[in-house]
Amino acid sequence: MHELSIALSIVELAEEEAARRGVSIEAVHLRLGALAGVVKDALLSCYEMACENTSLQGSRLEVEDVAVVIFCPTCSAERPLGSIQLFCCPECGTPAAEVVHGKELEVVALEVQECAQNPV
Amino acid sequence: MRPEPRLIEVRKNVLKQNDVVARSLRNTFHAAGVFVVSLVSSPGSGKTAFLEKTLTLLRPNFRVAALVGDLATENDAQRLARSKAPVRQITTGTLCHLEAAMVQNALAGWNVNDLDFLFIENVGNLVCPSSYDLGEDLRLVLISVTEGEDKPLKYPTIFNSADVAIVTKTDLAAAVEFNWETAYNNIQAVRPGMAVFQLSAKSGAGIEAFLEFLATRLADLRRTAAV
Repeated sequence: MHELSIALSIVELAEEEAARRGVSIEAVHLRLGALAGVVKDALLSCYEMACENTSLQGSRLEVEDVAVVIFCPTCSAERPLGSIQLFCCPECGTPAAEVVHGKELEVVALEVQECAQNPV
Repeated sequence: MRPEPRLIEVRKNVLKQNDVVARSLRNTFHAAGVFVVSLVSSPGSGKTAFLEKTLTLLRPNFRVAALVGDLATENDAQRLARSKAPVRQITTGTLCHLEAAMVQNALAGWNVNDLDFLFIENVGNLVCPSSYDLGEDLRLVLISVTEGEDKPLKYPTIFNSADVAIVTKTDLAAAVEFNWETAYNNIQAVRPGMAVFQLSAKSGAGIEAFLEFLATRLADLRRTAAV
Protein backbone atom coordinates (compact mmCIF):
# COMPACT_ATOMS: atom_id res chain seq x y z
CA MET A 1 0.00 0.00 0.00
CA HIS A 2 1.28 3.39 -0.96
CA GLU A 3 0.00 5.06 2.23
CA LEU A 4 2.27 2.80 4.30
CA SER A 5 5.27 4.11 2.40
CA ILE A 6 4.13 7.68 3.14
CA ALA A 7 3.51 6.83 6.81
CA LEU A 8 7.00 5.39 7.13
CA SER A 9 8.44 8.59 5.67
CA ILE A 10 6.46 10.64 8.22
CA VAL A 11 7.74 8.51 11.09
CA GLU A 12 11.32 8.76 9.81
CA LEU A 13 11.06 12.53 9.46
CA ALA A 14 9.56 12.90 12.95
CA GLU A 15 12.13 10.61 14.56
CA GLU A 16 14.96 12.64 13.05
CA GLU A 17 13.52 15.87 14.43
CA ALA A 18 12.92 14.26 17.82
CA ALA A 19 16.48 13.00 18.05
CA ARG A 20 17.87 16.40 17.00
CA ARG A 21 15.91 18.29 19.63
CA GLY A 22 15.97 15.72 22.43
CA VAL A 23 12.20 15.47 22.72
CA SER A 24 9.62 12.70 22.67
CA ILE A 25 6.72 12.97 20.28
CA GLU A 26 3.07 12.93 21.38
CA ALA A 27 1.62 13.83 17.98
CA VAL A 28 2.59 14.69 14.43
CA HIS A 29 0.58 17.43 12.75
CA LEU A 30 0.21 16.95 9.01
CA ARG A 31 -1.35 19.08 6.27
CA LEU A 32 -2.86 16.86 3.59
CA GLY A 33 -4.06 18.37 0.34
CA ALA A 34 -7.01 16.90 -1.54
CA LEU A 35 -4.74 16.52 -4.60
CA ALA A 36 -1.78 15.01 -2.75
CA GLY A 37 -2.74 11.53 -3.88
CA VAL A 38 -2.98 10.17 -0.34
CA VAL A 39 -6.16 8.88 1.34
CA LYS A 40 -6.53 10.17 4.93
CA ASP A 41 -8.15 7.08 6.49
CA ALA A 42 -5.67 4.72 4.88
CA LEU A 43 -2.85 6.97 6.08
CA LEU A 44 -4.15 6.98 9.67
CA SER A 45 -4.29 3.16 9.71
CA CYS A 46 -0.85 2.87 8.22
CA TYR A 47 0.58 5.44 10.64
CA GLU A 48 -0.16 3.14 13.55
CA MET A 49 1.65 0.30 11.79
CA ALA A 50 4.56 2.52 10.83
CA CYS A 51 5.06 3.62 14.46
CA GLU A 52 5.37 0.10 15.83
CA ASN A 53 8.70 -0.56 17.51
CA THR A 54 9.83 3.03 17.01
CA SER A 55 10.13 5.90 19.45
CA LEU A 56 6.84 7.20 18.00
CA GLN A 57 4.83 4.18 19.08
CA GLY A 58 1.61 5.38 20.67
CA SER A 59 1.80 8.84 19.09
CA ARG A 60 -1.11 10.42 17.21
CA LEU A 61 -1.25 11.66 13.64
CA GLU A 62 -3.33 14.83 13.44
CA VAL A 63 -4.33 15.44 9.83
CA GLU A 64 -5.47 18.85 8.66
CA ASP A 65 -7.29 18.50 5.33
CA VAL A 66 -6.33 21.19 2.84
CA ALA A 67 -9.00 21.98 0.26
CA VAL A 68 -8.05 22.82 -3.30
CA VAL A 69 -7.72 26.54 -3.96
CA ILE A 70 -7.34 27.73 -7.56
CA PHE A 71 -6.36 31.08 -9.00
CA CYS A 72 -9.02 32.55 -11.29
CA PRO A 73 -7.46 34.56 -14.13
CA THR A 74 -10.70 36.48 -14.72
CA CYS A 75 -11.38 37.45 -11.11
CA SER A 76 -7.65 37.79 -10.40
CA ALA A 77 -8.31 36.08 -7.09
CA GLU A 78 -7.79 32.81 -5.27
CA ARG A 79 -10.98 30.76 -4.95
CA PRO A 80 -11.82 27.52 -3.15
CA LEU A 81 -12.70 24.77 -5.61
CA GLY A 82 -16.12 23.17 -5.26
CA SER A 83 -15.28 19.83 -6.83
CA ILE A 84 -12.09 18.26 -8.14
CA GLN A 85 -14.11 16.97 -11.08
CA LEU A 86 -14.51 20.53 -12.32
CA PHE A 87 -11.65 22.99 -12.21
CA CYS A 88 -13.42 26.27 -12.71
CA CYS A 89 -13.96 29.42 -10.69
CA PRO A 90 -16.99 29.05 -8.36
CA GLU A 91 -17.78 32.74 -8.89
CA CYS A 92 -17.49 33.33 -12.63
CA GLY A 93 -17.09 29.85 -14.11
CA THR A 94 -13.78 30.50 -15.92
CA PRO A 95 -11.73 27.30 -16.29
CA ALA A 96 -8.86 27.50 -13.82
CA ALA A 97 -5.78 25.34 -14.15
CA GLU A 98 -3.57 27.04 -11.59
CA VAL A 99 -3.66 25.20 -8.26
CA VAL A 100 -2.57 27.40 -5.34
CA HIS A 101 -3.34 24.97 -2.50
CA GLY A 102 -4.26 21.33 -2.43
CA LYS A 103 -1.12 19.33 -3.17
CA GLU A 104 0.34 19.62 0.33
CA LEU A 105 1.83 16.60 2.11
CA GLU A 106 3.64 18.44 4.87
CA VAL A 107 4.54 17.84 8.50
CA VAL A 108 3.81 21.26 9.96
CA ALA A 109 4.38 20.67 13.66
CA LEU A 110 5.31 18.16 16.32
CA GLU A 111 3.60 17.98 19.71
CA VAL A 112 6.43 17.08 22.05
CA GLN A 113 7.38 16.36 25.62
CA GLU A 114 10.89 17.11 26.77
CA CYS A 115 12.76 13.90 27.36
CA ALA A 116 12.92 12.99 31.07
CA GLN A 117 15.98 14.39 32.83
CA ASN A 118 18.47 11.90 34.22
CA PRO A 119 17.41 10.87 37.72
CA VAL A 120 19.37 12.65 40.44
CA MET B 1 3.09 16.94 37.35
CA ARG B 2 3.52 16.23 33.67
CA PRO B 3 4.49 19.34 31.72
CA GLU B 4 2.13 20.57 28.99
CA PRO B 5 3.03 19.26 25.57
CA ARG B 6 4.43 21.99 23.39
CA LEU B 7 4.18 22.46 19.68
CA ILE B 8 7.32 22.71 17.58
CA GLU B 9 6.91 24.11 14.11
CA VAL B 10 8.54 21.90 11.49
CA ARG B 11 7.19 22.64 7.98
CA LYS B 12 8.80 19.76 6.13
CA ASN B 13 7.52 18.17 2.97
CA VAL B 14 7.06 14.46 3.65
CA LEU B 15 8.38 13.56 0.23
CA LYS B 16 11.32 15.94 0.55
CA GLN B 17 13.80 13.14 0.05
CA ASN B 18 12.23 12.22 -3.27
CA ASP B 19 11.99 15.86 -4.31
CA VAL B 20 15.66 16.49 -3.55
CA VAL B 21 16.70 13.57 -5.77
CA ALA B 22 14.20 14.63 -8.47
CA ARG B 23 15.62 18.15 -8.48
CA SER B 24 19.14 16.81 -8.78
CA LEU B 25 18.06 14.59 -11.68
CA ARG B 26 16.34 17.53 -13.37
CA ASN B 27 19.52 19.62 -13.11
CA THR B 28 21.59 16.77 -14.54
CA PHE B 29 19.14 16.29 -17.40
CA HIS B 30 19.02 19.99 -18.25
CA ALA B 31 22.80 20.30 -18.18
CA ALA B 32 22.98 17.31 -20.52
CA GLY B 33 20.33 18.74 -22.87
CA VAL B 34 18.21 15.58 -22.71
CA PHE B 35 14.42 15.92 -22.77
CA VAL B 36 12.85 13.51 -20.29
CA VAL B 37 9.33 12.17 -20.72
CA SER B 38 7.49 9.97 -18.23
CA LEU B 39 4.37 7.93 -18.91
CA VAL B 40 1.61 7.05 -16.44
CA SER B 41 -1.60 5.14 -17.03
CA SER B 42 -3.67 2.22 -15.80
CA PRO B 43 -2.26 -1.23 -16.50
CA GLY B 44 -3.13 -2.19 -20.09
CA SER B 45 -3.64 1.29 -21.55
CA GLY B 46 -0.92 0.75 -24.11
CA LYS B 47 2.10 2.56 -22.62
CA THR B 48 4.58 -0.04 -23.81
CA ALA B 49 3.16 -0.38 -27.32
CA PHE B 50 3.06 3.41 -27.66
CA LEU B 51 6.58 3.78 -26.32
CA GLU B 52 7.96 1.04 -28.55
CA LYS B 53 6.47 2.78 -31.59
CA THR B 54 7.80 6.16 -30.43
CA LEU B 55 11.32 4.85 -29.85
CA THR B 56 11.34 3.10 -33.25
CA LEU B 57 10.20 6.22 -35.12
CA LEU B 58 12.47 8.64 -33.24
CA ARG B 59 15.62 6.55 -33.40
CA PRO B 60 16.63 7.40 -37.00
CA ASN B 61 16.86 11.10 -36.10
CA PHE B 62 17.35 11.23 -32.35
CA ARG B 63 19.36 9.46 -29.67
CA VAL B 64 16.76 7.81 -27.47
CA ALA B 65 16.67 5.51 -24.45
CA ALA B 66 14.05 4.22 -22.03
CA LEU B 67 13.57 3.03 -18.48
CA VAL B 68 10.50 0.95 -17.68
CA GLY B 69 9.10 0.10 -14.25
CA ASP B 70 7.10 -3.00 -13.40
CA LEU B 71 6.48 -4.98 -10.24
CA ALA B 72 7.82 -8.11 -11.91
CA THR B 73 9.19 -9.52 -15.18
CA GLU B 74 11.48 -7.98 -17.79
CA ASN B 75 8.79 -8.36 -20.47
CA ASP B 76 8.29 -4.67 -21.13
CA ALA B 77 12.02 -3.98 -21.43
CA GLN B 78 12.29 -6.83 -23.92
CA ARG B 79 9.44 -5.44 -25.99
CA LEU B 80 10.91 -1.94 -25.94
CA ALA B 81 14.34 -3.29 -26.86
CA ARG B 82 12.89 -4.38 -30.22
CA SER B 83 13.19 -0.69 -31.15
CA LYS B 84 16.99 -1.12 -30.85
CA ALA B 85 17.12 1.75 -28.36
CA PRO B 86 18.94 1.20 -25.05
CA VAL B 87 16.36 0.06 -22.51
CA ARG B 88 16.57 -0.86 -18.85
CA GLN B 89 13.95 -2.52 -16.67
CA ILE B 90 13.33 -1.30 -13.12
CA THR B 91 11.71 -4.12 -11.13
CA THR B 92 9.99 -2.62 -8.12
CA GLY B 93 8.96 -5.79 -6.30
CA THR B 94 5.84 -4.67 -4.47
CA LEU B 95 6.24 -0.92 -4.83
CA CYS B 96 3.35 0.45 -6.86
CA HIS B 97 5.14 3.43 -8.34
CA LEU B 98 8.57 4.65 -9.41
CA GLU B 99 10.51 7.07 -7.22
CA ALA B 100 13.32 9.44 -8.17
CA ALA B 101 15.99 7.36 -6.43
CA MET B 102 15.04 4.32 -8.51
CA VAL B 103 15.45 6.34 -11.70
CA GLN B 104 18.80 7.64 -10.48
CA ASN B 105 20.05 4.12 -9.74
CA ALA B 106 18.79 2.78 -13.05
CA LEU B 107 20.79 5.40 -14.95
CA ALA B 108 24.13 4.26 -13.51
CA GLY B 109 26.59 3.68 -16.31
CA TRP B 110 24.59 5.60 -18.90
CA ASN B 111 25.90 8.94 -20.11
CA VAL B 112 22.79 11.10 -20.46
CA ASN B 113 24.85 13.64 -22.40
CA ASP B 114 24.66 11.16 -25.25
CA LEU B 115 20.87 11.34 -25.32
CA ASP B 116 18.24 13.57 -26.90
CA PHE B 117 15.23 11.86 -25.31
CA LEU B 118 14.90 9.68 -22.22
CA PHE B 119 11.53 7.99 -21.65
CA ILE B 120 10.46 6.65 -18.26
CA GLU B 121 7.50 4.28 -18.32
CA ASN B 122 5.97 4.17 -14.83
CA VAL B 123 4.29 1.17 -13.23
CA GLY B 124 0.74 0.75 -14.53
CA ASN B 125 -1.16 2.66 -11.86
CA LEU B 126 -3.32 5.77 -12.09
CA VAL B 127 -3.13 6.56 -8.37
CA CYS B 128 0.24 6.34 -6.63
CA PRO B 129 2.63 7.75 -9.23
CA SER B 130 1.00 11.19 -8.93
CA SER B 131 2.88 11.99 -5.72
CA TYR B 132 6.37 11.26 -7.02
CA ASP B 133 8.42 13.67 -9.09
CA LEU B 134 10.92 11.76 -11.24
CA GLY B 135 12.80 14.78 -12.56
CA GLU B 136 11.03 14.61 -15.91
CA ASP B 137 10.28 17.56 -18.24
CA LEU B 138 6.99 16.17 -19.46
CA ARG B 139 4.56 13.75 -17.85
CA LEU B 140 2.14 11.99 -20.18
CA VAL B 141 -1.07 10.45 -18.85
CA LEU B 142 -2.45 7.78 -21.17
CA ILE B 143 -6.01 6.50 -21.31
CA SER B 144 -7.22 4.06 -23.93
CA VAL B 145 -10.57 4.31 -25.73
CA THR B 146 -11.62 1.08 -24.01
CA GLU B 147 -11.45 2.63 -20.54
CA GLY B 148 -14.44 4.91 -20.75
CA GLU B 149 -14.76 8.66 -21.29
CA ASP B 150 -15.17 9.38 -17.58
CA LYS B 151 -11.70 8.17 -16.61
CA PRO B 152 -10.41 11.72 -16.06
CA LEU B 153 -13.28 12.46 -13.66
CA LYS B 154 -12.43 9.35 -11.67
CA TYR B 155 -8.73 10.19 -11.42
CA PRO B 156 -8.42 13.98 -11.27
CA THR B 157 -5.28 13.81 -9.11
CA ILE B 158 -3.14 12.05 -11.69
CA PHE B 159 -4.41 14.37 -14.43
CA ASN B 160 -3.38 17.30 -12.25
CA SER B 161 0.11 15.90 -11.85
CA ALA B 162 0.51 15.31 -15.60
CA ASP B 163 1.15 17.75 -18.44
CA VAL B 164 -0.25 16.18 -21.61
CA ALA B 165 -2.92 13.51 -22.16
CA ILE B 166 -2.76 10.81 -24.79
CA VAL B 167 -5.83 8.86 -25.83
CA THR B 168 -4.58 5.51 -27.13
CA LYS B 169 -5.92 2.56 -29.14
CA THR B 170 -8.01 4.80 -31.38
CA ASP B 171 -8.15 1.90 -33.84
CA LEU B 172 -10.69 0.36 -31.41
CA ALA B 173 -12.75 3.53 -30.96
CA ALA B 174 -15.61 2.51 -33.25
CA ALA B 175 -15.89 -0.95 -31.73
CA VAL B 176 -16.36 0.46 -28.22
CA GLU B 177 -18.38 3.47 -29.39
CA PHE B 178 -15.88 5.83 -27.84
CA ASN B 179 -17.08 9.44 -27.64
CA TRP B 180 -14.05 11.63 -28.25
CA GLU B 181 -15.84 14.91 -27.46
CA THR B 182 -16.99 13.68 -24.06
CA ALA B 183 -13.55 12.37 -23.21
CA TYR B 184 -11.89 15.61 -24.32
CA ASN B 185 -14.36 17.72 -22.31
CA ASN B 186 -13.79 15.59 -19.23
CA ILE B 187 -10.05 16.07 -19.52
CA GLN B 188 -10.54 19.84 -19.83
CA ALA B 189 -12.89 19.79 -16.83
CA VAL B 190 -10.24 18.37 -14.48
CA ARG B 191 -7.27 20.07 -16.14
CA PRO B 192 -8.25 23.17 -18.14
CA GLY B 193 -5.96 23.77 -21.08
CA MET B 194 -4.40 20.30 -21.10
CA ALA B 195 -3.14 19.35 -24.57
CA VAL B 196 -4.62 16.05 -25.74
CA PHE B 197 -3.33 13.78 -28.50
CA GLN B 198 -5.21 10.80 -29.88
CA LEU B 199 -3.36 8.00 -31.59
CA SER B 200 -3.03 4.33 -32.33
CA ALA B 201 0.31 2.62 -31.81
CA LYS B 202 -1.04 -0.27 -33.89
CA SER B 203 -2.01 1.66 -36.99
CA GLY B 204 0.33 4.61 -36.49
CA ALA B 205 -2.50 7.13 -36.77
CA GLY B 206 -1.82 10.34 -34.87
CA ILE B 207 1.75 9.45 -33.87
CA GLU B 208 3.39 11.92 -36.25
CA ALA B 209 1.67 14.90 -34.63
CA PHE B 210 2.89 13.79 -31.24
CA LEU B 211 6.48 13.28 -32.44
CA GLU B 212 6.48 16.78 -33.92
CA PHE B 213 5.35 18.07 -30.54
CA LEU B 214 8.24 16.24 -28.85
CA ALA B 215 10.76 17.63 -31.32
CA THR B 216 9.49 21.16 -30.61
CA ARG B 217 9.82 20.63 -26.87
CA LEU B 218 13.40 19.37 -27.28
CA ALA B 219 14.27 22.40 -29.39
CA ASP B 220 12.75 24.68 -26.72
CA LEU B 221 14.80 22.98 -24.01
CA ARG B 222 18.03 23.34 -25.96
CA ARG B 223 17.26 26.98 -26.82
CA THR B 224 16.57 27.83 -23.17
CA ALA B 225 19.79 26.13 -22.10
CA ALA B 226 21.80 28.04 -24.69
CA VAL B 227 20.60 31.42 -23.40
